[in-house]
Amino acid sequence: MNAQLALQLTLVAPLAGALLIALTGKWPNLRESVTLATSVLLFALVLQVFAAMGVNHDPRELHIDLFELLPGITIALHSEPLSILFAMVASGLWIVTSVYSIGYMRTNNEKHQTRFYTCFAVAIFGAMGVAFAANLFTLFLFYEVLTLSTYPLVAHKGDDNARRGARIYLGVLLATSIGLFLPAMIWTYAVAGTLDFRPGGILDGNIAGAAATGLLMLYLFGIGKAAVMPVHKWLPAAMVAPTPVSALLHAVAVVKAGVFTMAKVVIYIFGLDFLADVPNEMWAVYIAGFTIVSASVVALRQTNIKRMLAYSTVSQLSYIVMAVVVLTPYSEMGAIIHIVAHAVAKITLFFAAGAIYVASKKTEIAQLDGIGYRMPITMAAFTVAALSMIGVPPTGGFVSKWYMIAGAFQLDSYFVLAVLATSTALNAAYFLPIVFRAFFRKEAGDGNLDHGEAPVPMVAAICVTAVLTLLVFFFNGPLVDFEQTIIGGFQ
Amino acid sequence: MLSHLPILQVIIPLLAAPACLLLDRGRIAWAFSCAVAIVSLAISLSLLHQVSGAGPLSYELGGWDAPWGIEYRIDLLSAYVLLVVNGVATLVLVAARSSVAAEIDEAKQPLFYVLYMLCLAGLLGIIATGDIFNVFVFLEISSLATYALIALGRDRRALWAAYQYLIVGTIGATFILVGIGFLYSLTGTLNMADLAQRLPALAESASVYAAFAFLVVGVCLKLALFPLHLWLPNAYAYAPSIVTAFLAATATKVAVYLLLRFHFSVFGASFTDPVLPLEGIFLVLGIAGVFVASIVAIFEDNIKRLFAYSSVAQIGYMVIGMGIGSATGVQATLLHLFNHALMKGALFLALAAVVYRLGGANFSHIRGLGRTMPLTMAAIVVAGLSLVGVPGTVGFITKWYLVMAAINGSHWLLVPAILLGSLLALVYVWRIVEAAYFSEPVAGTETCREAPLGLLLAMWLLVIANVYFGLDTRLPVAASDGAVRLLMGGAG
Repeated sequence: MNAQLALQLTLVAPLAGALLIALTGKWPNLRESVTLATSVLLFALVLQVFAAMGVNHDPRELHIDLFELLPGITIALHSEPLSILFAMVASGLWIVTSVYSIGYMRTNNEKHQTRFYTCFAVAIFGAMGVAFAANLFTLFLFYEVLTLSTYPLVAHKGDDNARRGARIYLGVLLATSIGLFLPAMIWTYAVAGTLDFRPGGILDGNIAGAAATGLLMLYLFGIGKAAVMPVHKWLPAAMVAPTPVSALLHAVAVVKAGVFTMAKVVIYIFGLDFLADVPNEMWAVYIAGFTIVSASVVALRQTNIKRMLAYSTVSQLSYIVMAVVVLTPYSEMGAIIHIVAHAVAKITLFFAAGAIYVASKKTEIAQLDGIGYRMPITMAAFTVAALSMIGVPPTGGFVSKWYMIAGAFQLDSYFVLAVLATSTALNAAYFLPIVFRAFFRKEAGDGNLDHGEAPVPMVAAICVTAVLTLLVFFFNGPLVDFEQTIIGGFQ
Repeated sequence: MLSHLPILQVIIPLLAAPACLLLDRGRIAWAFSCAVAIVSLAISLSLLHQVSGAGPLSYELGGWDAPWGIEYRIDLLSAYVLLVVNGVATLVLVAARSSVAAEIDEAKQPLFYVLYMLCLAGLLGIIATGDIFNVFVFLEISSLATYALIALGRDRRALWAAYQYLIVGTIGATFILVGIGFLYSLTGTLNMADLAQRLPALAESASVYAAFAFLVVGVCLKLALFPLHLWLPNAYAYAPSIVTAFLAATATKVAVYLLLRFHFSVFGASFTDPVLPLEGIFLVLGIAGVFVASIVAIFEDNIKRLFAYSSVAQIGYMVIGMGIGSATGVQATLLHLFNHALMKGALFLALAAVVYRLGGANFSHIRGLGRTMPLTMAAIVVAGLSLVGVPGTVGFITKWYLVMAAINGSHWLLVPAILLGSLLALVYVWRIVEAAYFSEPVAGTETCREAPLGLLLAMWLLVIANVYFGLDTRLPVAASDGAVRLLMGGAG
């Protein structure tokens, strides 16, 4: 298949899948087969695009203008190493999540499953669009598709609590994107006359001084999906969603779309060299650093497993944002690898939380005493992922942290080093006690004692993502080689 | 034949009105007026095509030369607005059958179509004519028809609403007439192009300023510009649902057209600069309208009223575009004129469907309707998102141009104001979404069925147009771009 076609099909496939899922809603087995088939097909298509890219790293090689929306503004797709990476992570983990969802949704007897799977596929469509957008406008379009299609998933339960959470979710995400991201984009277009993602950026020479700082801040807070404080509130609110949603969307697709957008803006809109000259650019580093530490502190005080994971996500996302705005080649690499490393590890953690809920209905950290004996596989996977969060070898989190620290040294920024060190300690402080509780404490007498592992599809999914967490450590070489073309190699 | 199109555009619906009177059955009158509307739409398409190719068309009524006789003048701006009005009027009419049958007495149904045709003829006449007194005549034709249409509402409060509008509308029309009188006594001409040529020589005289003030205030009353909007929410809420859809999508658009015409073509954009910061006033009133009306809409319980207030807010956006005054700003106004017609047409038709099935459109009626009337509610969601200005819909295109105009004109405070307005729209639209999709239905509505086919068809054509023109913007952007160049060129 030619790569151009494959690239377009990465958008068509999930959308067609969504339609088929909606149509086959009456036959659950058929419906789930459609979900699985679509996810596998999508991953294959992304690999096809990747294969075409592997031959030639030139981003102009694969560029499709779909149509002109406004004079000078085109809806266009392209593929470059960063988009491939995000698309692969989102589509690959969609397969795993689909398997997991089937176990989760059926065991829990959730209602509205057709709506659930349909919106899920539409959300993946949005994520693919974000990944392959060739300009900021196209990206913004799909960014909003992602926001709107995930709203029904967050509000899934339909009770007051879910509606309140979903309202915060949608409110914060749309308010930031329409209120800050959109004007930032229009401003960019007004000064630069284009919104294309170009190596080296499009803003150099078009904006300067405090205005450029202002624009950077608009992007930093406007890309609400990156959850930099204080626009992070939506992420804990979204935890009312069913766990597969929290796992794929709020640990991978949606939040990674946020940091991915931030990376795209920094690398291809501002350009690393230009952004380094923007006055007070370090503010962005400080804001992200503050988010890392304070979100970790908040996570430390959570009692609910999913909420703790949500705050941990807020913190980990800001690792990526901070690494991106540190602007040194090693830190950019750290950011890119952390997109993958955090994705596989955090999805494992959420899967584990969902498995615990399905098997035992437990949702609080305090209830986890001794659960490692009842659910050894789940908790072993949890442990691997937790180690990756802390950044201990042999997990993916170590690799990204390595590059981030190297990047901090390139900049000689003791602030960044201090943040990384503090956060590592804090991560250890809230993840290790859970592992300790699960394996080294006696089970409390109350609650449902009579359970084992969660259903097979869920456990299988957990194992896959845990193994992936380890693989990122062992096979980071090809990843680094592939991605370093973005930043033009290491100086 | 083709050369007579400008007059046919007006005369066909005008003659169709009495012809409707002869058809004593509602169904036949409906079929007939639908056919007329489609012909009228075809004429406006042909006019737009001619005008964009060959420049403005001038038609001399009765063969009298322009300054003496009445001239019909179709330029790109009028052709564009004609198309908007005709397009929505036709779709609303296609949808009208079942809703009118349910809401209006059998005996009065033919009269409804008579009034509808009269109102349409009046609106088209205002746009097509190049004669300022003719504007007043057609304004009265459409207004009188509108008062009667509103009074047809089932709710007795419709009478009160119609009366309220009658008083306000008559004041507006009188102001316009006074303004026209001043202009005629000063210049001795009623032809707009002629006026535009003679006025600069007389500018900076108190009488011309007075004429301008009368005209602008008069039009703003019809436009329902905040704070002259008080007639609108009641009129929209209590009129028959179809009438609301028709008026919301057309009548205010024509008033915007008139304002643009007077402000830019006849007087010239910089006319008031020595005495009055008119653009500043437009900006302030526009922003105030957006905020006040949106906030009121958030707390409304009747959804028809909610969207009526939302209309007042959207009119605010159009006026903001004029207030910015740059080419991009006016283009935003023109685009929103088109876009808002699509949004509100779709929304009010969807509400007509809800009223048709449930007898009312309060929040208590739509609880859980996402399940029982999925297509209607989906239409409200998409059109509502368009109202908010989500990318991929026409509402976004307006926001893009408005914000671009504000940034280019260095109106920095305007940018957050415009965007905050969208977020307020999000709040009221989302109240509906939550009620329709995430609430349990009220007893008695579980068995409710989907809307009748005609309503669904027209509603979804408009919804699809909301998305289509949000992605393929060539037609409205090219037309409005040409129209702006025409307006601004005339001014400079």
